[in-house]
Amino acid sequence: MRINRILWAILIVAGLIAPYFAYPVFVMKVLCFALFACAFNLLLGYTGLLSFGHAAFFGGAAYITGHAIKVWGVAPIPGILLGTLLALVLGYIFGALAIRRQGIYFAMVTLALAQIIYFLALQVPFTHGEDGLQGIPRGHLLGLIDLSQPLQMYYTVFGIFLIGFVIIHRTIHSPFGKVLLAIRENEPRALSLGYNVARCKLQAFVISAALTGLAGATKAVVFQFASLTDVHWQTSGEVILMTLLGGLGTIFGPVVGAVTVVTLQNQLSSIGSWVEVVTGGIFIVCVLVFRRGIIGELGKALRAPNV
Amino acid sequence: MSFNLILAQAMLGLNNGVFYAMLSLGLAVIFGMLNVINFAHGALYMLGAFVALIVYNYLGVWLGIEGLHIGFWVSLVLAPILVGGFGMLIERTMLRRLYDLDHIYGLLLTFGLALVLQGIFTNYFNVSGTPYPGQPESLRGVVNLGFMMFPKYRMFVIVFSVLVCAGTWFLIERTRIGSYLRAGVEKPELAQAFGINVPLMVTLTFGFGTALAALAGVLAAPIYSVSPLMGANVIITVFAVVVIGGMGSIMGAIVSGLALGLIEGLTKVVYPPASNTVIFFLMVLVLLFRPAGLFGKEN
Repeated sequence: MRINRILWAILIVAGLIAPYFAYPVFVMKVLCFALFACAFNLLLGYTGLLSFGHAAFFGGAAYITGHAIKVWGVAPIPGILLGTLLALVLGYIFGALAIRRQGIYFAMVTLALAQIIYFLALQVPFTHGEDGLQGIPRGHLLGLIDLSQPLQMYYTVFGIFLIGFVIIHRTIHSPFGKVLLAIRENEPRALSLGYNVARCKLQAFVISAALTGLAGATKAVVFQFASLTDVHWQTSGEVILMTLLGGLGTIFGPVVGAVTVVTLQNQLSSIGSWVEVVTGGIFIVCVLVFRRGIIGELGKALRAPNV
Repeated sequence: MSFNLILAQAMLGLNNGVFYAMLSLGLAVIFGMLNVINFAHGALYMLGAFVALIVYNYLGVWLGIEGLHIGFWVSLVLAPILVGGFGMLIERTMLRRLYDLDHIYGLLLTFGLALVLQGIFTNYFNVSGTPYPGQPESLRGVVNLGFMMFPKYRMFVIVFSVLVCAGTWFLIERTRIGSYLRAGVEKPELAQAFGINVPLMVTLTFGFGTALAALAGVLAAPIYSVSPLMGANVIITVFAVVVIGGMGSIMGAIVSGLALGLIEGLTKVVYPPASNTVIFFLMVLVLLFRPAGLFGKEN
């Protein structure tokens, strides 16, 4: 438990001072993806469900938030909440369908469902197709704080990240979280112990989708655009990589994974599509020899299983 | 909307359908033996098409032999052998290590592999596609089907693919090798005790599945332009086909591939904007009313 406190302290201190050492927009990108990865980890790491369609929640929320703020003139927070709400509803629909199949079928179903959202985003007029939704104004937080100032935007994003992170942390350590773990470890046994496995899976899916939406909606405000990339299957793949690299089923792993992957993409952006080759290569290495991930290996080295 | 138009779209749909059938067949064969969903299947299909394109267009230039164009018929044999060999190498060096783990690791590994392959080709080739110029002389022109003039080559693809699918079904369900294979799936330890080399069967099966993907790729090259993204675009649809058909049977994969291609083609007549999502919506319906898939068994 002590190592957990240290990691919490590092996370909060690093989050508070980061914009003074790194480009704030970059750190905000990291935070959005870190929240995305943590939400995803709740499902894959703690429930054992591999969703290959989380980009639908991320990108779907980004589009709705962007449209609400830009066209309807909604303030940033209600806009973000609208995006999150969409992801929640979408998560309920996808989840209810996907839990009807198990294992790798679950992955294929979520991937195919997300593809519907992708084609929808490509075809409906309000998303502006290939151009994406551009020039979303950042606006004022509660009518007071001007979010076009980098630092004010930054601390808002950090606040949103912490809220999401605490929700996930609480979920994992609640009795409900223990049931999820039981499902991950042995689904038939959880079922025979009388737990409503299907309902628990669906609840986990909905929480994960909603928080993914929160991350996507925040991203739309930060970068002031929402695009097809956000709903593309490669984004779903990216978040899997972040989670896997950082450590499946660890609390801080997805954050470390997001920092690593986003930094890597930034550093490698000059080499064009070789980034994809590197990403794929990391995937292969992780699966073959590094399945615990960075934090998982760290936890093993320090004999602290619950980091 | 004339009846001829509907028939014409049905033919084009069937044309896509044979690709869905071949790809989902390969996935089903691999899944049956290895319990792995091969995400790289689309990338290997793309690789097959690129083998055909490269040996026709570029190999002569690279080797400095002027006028060297290795043609379609040679590619039709060469690409499956090369890609199948590559597949077996992947199985031996990587996939083999994952059999004792959760099946999702196989999916993630092959996803990484797909990214690597797609990334490499994106670097060297145009993403919007390169036309394959090696379509054989004997298959140029059209045949008159009565209701439409249909390209001879596409007709060939339909007939040839259906034969390949039928041949695969026969091989697995009706021959001695197939019975070894099915025994290996059913009870690996027992099959091994009877002297069947199960690990070898697994490698060969994976090689065969990937060879099927490459074969589909070569067949696709003259129809669609050869692009690094061609596999990624088709594989997700094929996954939906697999969910609809259920992985249980070889015949299920073939029939649902053909049928869904047909339905997709007909949707282009009825309501064009839905044509690229209709298969996914059908998947939703199947999940609601028959979650195990049309041909799948409840487990």
